[in-house]
Amino acid sequence: MTTMDDERAIVAADRVRGPLSRRLVNRGTVVVVEDAESRLKTLFVRGLDGDADAYRGFLQALTRHLRGFLRRRIPQYRDDVEDLVQEVLLAVHNARHTYRPDEPLTAWLHAIARYKLMDFFRSRARRESLNDPLDDYAELLADTDDEPAHARHDIGKLLEHLPDKQRLPIVHMKLEGLSVTETARLTGLSESAVKVGVHRGLKALATLIRRLP
Amino acid sequence: MKTDDLIGLLSNHVTRVDRGAVARRFARALLLGALGSLIVMSVVFGVRHDLGSVARTGIFWAKLAYPLAIAIGALLAVMRLGRPGARAGYSWALIALPFVAVWGASLFVLDGAAPGERLPLVLGHTWRTCPFNILLLSVPTFPAVFWAVKSLAPTQPRLAGAVAGLLASSIATIVYCLHCPEMSPAFWSVWYAIGMLMPAAIGAWVGEKLLRW
Repeated sequence: MTTMDDERAIVAADRVRGPLSRRLVNRGTVVVVEDAESRLKTLFVRGLDGDADAYRGFLQALTRHLRGFLRRRIPQYRDDVEDLVQEVLLAVHNARHTYRPDEPLTAWLHAIARYKLMDFFRSRARRESLNDPLDDYAELLADTDDEPAHARHDIGKLLEHLPDKQRLPIVHMKLEGLSVTETARLTGLSESAVKVGVHRGLKALATLIRRLP
Repeated sequence: MKTDDLIGLLSNHVTRVDRGAVARRFARALLLGALGSLIVMSVVFGVRHDLGSVARTGIFWAKLAYPLAIAIGALLAVMRLGRPGARAGYSWALIALPFVAVWGASLFVLDGAAPGERLPLVLGHTWRTCPFNILLLSVPTFPAVFWAVKSLAPTQPRLAGAVAGLLASSIATIVYCLHCPEMSPAFWSVWYAIGMLMPAAIGAWVGEKLLRW
């Protein structure tokens, strides 16, 4: 097959099954991919109904897929991969109400990952047009270790920039694992204010990450 | 923060997603926006005094159907554009159809008119102000629609902004029909279209910034 045919086949596969399946289609292991789609989807849909364990399982599986996807897509920016993984996870979480169960989950996830990747390229291009070109050499020399990737931005630190009515609900409920009622009692907020605080706080966090240099 | 910690943060006590929230937000935004437009229209322009008699004519309802159909198409399109991975599909046709129908009707009317009457049919009495009146009535609907669209996750912010602007201006045009004395499709095909497309262009312009997430 020519490259053009390949491209066309890929686009067609994308339309039918969503992009995650595409790679595997090319390798001829369609079954594995459809497994991934349906396994992820089951976990995610249960997460939408408030099943925290299923949701955690979904995010963990998605993280593995994202790392692979991004390492292949931006091999020259290895240090940014984990940052981007976290950004996409946060974006997926904040947009989870926009998913409709009658559509392929991988298409939805891929569109979000792609959007965040484009955003990364845009800000990268802006930064590089301002930066000293010597940076490129420095990057080349710095890239020697095989350490497990770690994120450069610290979401824990970013949390401190949020106003109390968003930060405290996230800290108590999400990090300390308290219930809505307990969080409401501790903070003096109403239960619905606690839920709104978590929701808005995570959205604000996504905005903060995006504005980082 | 390690990615595992972020996953914990996102999944701990994850709440059930309210599937009706988006629809409710759109309903509230469109109603409030339309109400705002209605108030501006009645204060600045005034309801046409022959509305009672003109409402018994078919042409009045045909005129109302023109922006209404565009509003429905734009609403469907923007709700789809706000969901990652979804295609706008047939909603483009719904947006285009009213324009095409009115242009068709306009050609028919102009074809049947004497050569000297054609220009007055197109210009009517209010061609200078009409598009700007629609722009003014879009002032309340525009932020309302953008507030609603911001609750979604558009991966093409410019396009989503354009359609959001069109939704805002088509609602404004429905309201403007209660004032506007022009009753020829030849007039609507040009000046209403310009009035509706101006806020759409503004929406495309600001969408890039306002709808990023």
